[in-house]
Amino acid sequence: MARPAETVAGTTAVEVHTPKKELGPVFKRAAGPAKWADERTGLASLSRPFIRKVFPDHWSFLLGEVALYSFVILLLTGVFLTIWYKPSMGEIEYNGSYQLLKGLHMSEAYASSLALSFDIRGGLLMRQMHHWAAMLFIAAMLTHSLRIFFTGAFRKPRELNWLLGVGLLSLGLIEGFAGYSLPDDLLSGTGLRFVDGLIRSIPLIGTWAEFFVFGGQYPGELIIPRLYMVHILLVPAILLGLIAAHLALVVYHKHTQFPGPGRNEGNVVGYPIFPVYMAKAGGFFFIVFGVVTLMGALMQINPLWMFGPYTPTEVTAGSQPDWYMGFVEGAIRIMPNWESHIGGTTWSWNVAIPGLGLMGLMFGLMAIYPFVEAWVTGDKKEHHILERPRNNPTRTAFGVAAMTCYAMFWIGGGNDLVATQFHVSLNAVTYFLRVAVFVAPVLAFIVTKRICVGLQRSDAERLLHGAESGIIERDPSGQYSEMHRPISQGEAYTLTQHEEHPALLPAEEMGDMSSRELRLEQLRRKASRFYFIDTLRKPTRAELEEAAHHGDGNGHELETGHDGIGHGNGHHGDGDGGNGHDDGHHFITSGGTTTEGSKH
Amino acid sequence: MLALFVMGAFYTFVAPASKVSADTGNSQQVAEGKALFAVGCSSCHGLNGEGQATGTVQGPPLAGVGAASVEFQVGSGRMPMARPAAQAPVKPNRYSEEEVAALAAYVASLGPGPAIPTPAEYNPANISEEDIARGGELFRTNCSACHNFEGAGGALPGGKYAPTLIGVSNQHLYEAMITGPQQMPVFSDGVMRPEDKRAIIAYLNNLHDQPNQGGLALGGLGPVSEGLWAWILGLGSLVGFAIWIAAKGAKAK
Repeated sequence: MARPAETVAGTTAVEVHTPKKELGPVFKRAAGPAKWADERTGLASLSRPFIRKVFPDHWSFLLGEVALYSFVILLLTGVFLTIWYKPSMGEIEYNGSYQLLKGLHMSEAYASSLALSFDIRGGLLMRQMHHWAAMLFIAAMLTHSLRIFFTGAFRKPRELNWLLGVGLLSLGLIEGFAGYSLPDDLLSGTGLRFVDGLIRSIPLIGTWAEFFVFGGQYPGELIIPRLYMVHILLVPAILLGLIAAHLALVVYHKHTQFPGPGRNEGNVVGYPIFPVYMAKAGGFFFIVFGVVTLMGALMQINPLWMFGPYTPTEVTAGSQPDWYMGFVEGAIRIMPNWESHIGGTTWSWNVAIPGLGLMGLMFGLMAIYPFVEAWVTGDKKEHHILERPRNNPTRTAFGVAAMTCYAMFWIGGGNDLVATQFHVSLNAVTYFLRVAVFVAPVLAFIVTKRICVGLQRSDAERLLHGAESGIIERDPSGQYSEMHRPISQGEAYTLTQHEEHPALLPAEEMGDMSSRELRLEQLRRKASRFYFIDTLRKPTRAELEEAAHHGDGNGHELETGHDGIGHGNGHHGDGDGGNGHDDGHHFITSGGTTTEGSKH
Repeated sequence: MLALFVMGAFYTFVAPASKVSADTGNSQQVAEGKALFAVGCSSCHGLNGEGQATGTVQGPPLAGVGAASVEFQVGSGRMPMARPAAQAPVKPNRYSEEEVAALAAYVASLGPGPAIPTPAEYNPANISEEDIARGGELFRTNCSACHNFEGAGGALPGGKYAPTLIGVSNQHLYEAMITGPQQMPVFSDGVMRPEDKRAIIAYLNNLHDQPNQGGLALGGLGPVSEGLWAWILGLGSLVGFAIWIAAKGAKAK
């Protein structure tokens, strides 16, 4: 709870000392070939903007790298799999080494997947690595997007890169699903059946679309070769292109950074890619590769020999898609069975709304969010300093609400396992989730927003009263109080550097706006009130000086009356600040006991 | 239960006379069974196994369920139930073999039903690899929809469930198929031949004896547990490494 104050006095000044530049043995040896290549290709000037790109230090900036490296692993292991996999639905009799399927009729696709698992050296490892890497790829992309979202990194000038990211995520889902369907085992076939239902639920053109995709009635004999093309050529090529554009924009925009002393909108504080981050990122690639290899070697994934060959007449309990399609699966599982028949056509709301609608809603909302927020704030400035999530409570609350909603759908996707593993009724789980997908996000929104404002209050508390020192003092009247010590200027800067957005009152007069423009403006102002009215106003200079003045006194209590100043919030005329900050908050004077607990 | 009656009656016509340890002709055993029944079963099933259709404590009538049903329900610990519930869970069986046989003999005396199968009926012997694979096909066609591809069990509506088949004895597997306990349909010999049932049992035995190819099975629950592990262990450990990398080495202040 009580963070020690980072005091200025505690940092000992380090003398600036620049050692004479000396190249290490690697650089010396590489100099010759590098010069040779540079003289023929102009490599040095081409790569300069990239290798000199500054990379700030924060673990969350490496989440995108996890996705990138997983993608590289997917390409590498995928190439191996294509060598052996046969994308054919031609029926053959299985005579491989897995005894429990001996003599069964199955597609060549399934037989070759079994061969990859049992007869080809290293095949099972590669298959499992490929699958684990795919799970990680999308998980890392999603986590990366959450980091971008919660820190406001999608703001100008990075909206386009956010859109590229949304495209990458949605394509990743399609790519993963196409791959999941290729082995043609009972589970992947059931997944394909699910997609078949989704396609058919498209109003009016569903049946035609199904015939178009499957080349006739489900399952037909074309879908596996077609999915194979999509999985190994079409989507990976688009993914590669988008990733290249995504990274190019990252280089062009320069990296964002978290706020802190010495960091502003005009600089990036960190080390350049070459050589420091080259080593870190390169090393991280091998770590990701190592983790995926260990998972592939030690943890079984998709034991397709147990599922058996796919036939449309069979199904198994516990049929689930991979996690990234789980939310769609869950939505379909908990959806009431609504269907209407209008003039010879069937409208399957029970599948179309949760299936097509939810995916469209998720990616649609993700795509438009940066523009909605920019419209609400009316902010046209460039932003390179990240926002701390607490400083935009409504956005953070929206994010957590979306995550909560997603989680509810996710649970729905595994409702049968929740029922069996936790010994509850399947119906109870389903009915609960039908309500929870709507109610839980609202609760999450309220709770998150309050937590954010609470964190803002604690920031203001640190600014105005300093950090808790852990020293308890007893005064002559017997009252106990904790002494506080002022925080460092650097921390004070970090806590106060953020921009504040005003909550706008309704416009009083039209000015030269048309009535439509006025309506839009009133809506925008309403939205800005919804967004920012609860956000805590940061202490003004006068308040900070006032607080510092009190602190400079001789270590006595602050009077209650003054204590409330810093805690007015954005409400109009509703000053509820000051409570809970009374009595017993001391400052240690800078000349006093600041020797302990000072660590920079 | 109606289905049970019908199937039980049907069974008596098609089933060959089999040797049972629960002998309805043995009046001594039937009498012992009746005494046990009065203590352990009658509060739900009625003193004469006539069942109770009303009241808070209900039980189906038992005439015609057969000795196999009793052996399955009591032998697996499902009966007597600890309390009324959507489904009887498996628990340790407190009856000795003789007591189960006595109960079975008594219930079998109430009306004709499937008898307790002999080991020759339920134990697969000299079965070919092709037949085992065929058993797998039969399993996936008839059983996996509820019991899961591995026989790990699955959820059914209203708090009911298909129990796991892992670790279930061959005799109980066979008895379940011929009696259709609880939610399960009856797979009479007319529906599924005895050798088909044995093929399914052989497939399950082989499946559960297999080593876990590919590593730890992670619960054998399919993509849900895989996703959980990918997030927690996979992404979790990589985030841990990322924190470590960002914290170490040359740092810009």
